[in-house]
Amino acid sequence: MTPEDVTLFSQIVKKRSGLVVSPEKAYLLESRLLPVSRKHGLEGLEGLAAAVRVNPPEAILEDITDAMTTNETFFFRDIGPFDRFRDDVLPPILDSRAASKHLRIWCAAASTGQEPYSLAIILMEMASRLAGWRVEIIGTDISNEALNKAKEGLYSQFEVQRGLPIQTLIKNFTQEDGSWRISQNIRSMISYRKFNLLDDFSSLGRFDIVFCRNVLIYFERDDKAQILNRIRKQMPKDGRLFLGGAETVVGITDMFQGTPQLRGVYSPV
Amino acid sequence: MKKILIVDDSKVIRMVARKIVQELDFETLEAADGQQALDACRDEMPDAVLLDWNMPVMSGIEYLKELRLLPGGETPVVLFCTTENDIEHIHEAMAAGANEYIMKPFDSEIIQAKFSQVGLI
Repeated sequence: MTPEDVTLFSQIVKKRSGLVVSPEKAYLLESRLLPVSRKHGLEGLEGLAAAVRVNPPEAILEDITDAMTTNETFFFRDIGPFDRFRDDVLPPILDSRAASKHLRIWCAAASTGQEPYSLAIILMEMASRLAGWRVEIIGTDISNEALNKAKEGLYSQFEVQRGLPIQTLIKNFTQEDGSWRISQNIRSMISYRKFNLLDDFSSLGRFDIVFCRNVLIYFERDDKAQILNRIRKQMPKDGRLFLGGAETVVGITDMFQGTPQLRGVYSPV
Repeated sequence: MKKILIVDDSKVIRMVARKIVQELDFETLEAADGQQALDACRDEMPDAVLLDWNMPVMSGIEYLKELRLLPGGETPVVLFCTTENDIEHIHEAMAAGANEYIMKPFDSEIIQAKFSQVGLI
């Protein structure tokens, strides 16, 4: 692949999603875009680059963006944020919404569904406390392919073993030909939508808790600030934002601040 | 240093598992079937057991049931590690006193994740 092709593909991804393909991630272009080239009957990456240089078909641009923006995820990834969600963040929010009995959670980079399903499993375990509540989890992602997998809720043995204790697995999944499908009860708690984090968030409504983990690291500073500031607008004063372990609001926005004792959890200012 | 007993009739699987758990700072003991594992536990109770299901002489499930009856046999954290990946086997293992269940094939990430889930690391 020529340096010009690297720049071309990186620009397409940046323009359509805001995500930056850093030079050290350029190697991913080859492994991820070759299947896109094959899918559209083109000759390698050179053929793909030629196809998008002049009047690129929307379907190819979408597949390129999909391929480059699907990121690794697994159930209960890093575990700590899920413990903090269940033990520290959720109780006061539930207390303060006891009258409305309405809770809205947004997974802003839902990818293939493991994060929203992990939250749903936690909430399902609190079923008696949440009796009579309307709980909505909205999972959004820019990748159609990732969202299709999320909606399907079918995972390989390898995928379920990476984060799920066996008891959680057998309680919430059924086995299908060597794969594992999450139960309909859990699936029905989540609605998935294709969504670009560069777009206006107002159509999504307001959220009590937002998980936006391990995605801002791929954006440039100004886009990060824009996204965080727009998340703030969708959130009440007592809402909470979860970011990834390598992410922070410090030096990016003053609309959120760290929450004492709760690593990775941010409160609106 | 915690001790783990690796029980599998395949020398290759024992070697792969040994390399992975040694990276996690475990001292390893090995047995090629359930009976050998039981003898090893009578001699010295390990902190954890990584246990195959199908083995000659004594199967993993038979071993586990016997282990839990030994003095101190309730303490080792037992993780099945087997190709018996259907839900019935999983239920049977948990009912017999297994703490976790690893479905083969496994890799170091899965071992690490499961060890962390049961508090071994």
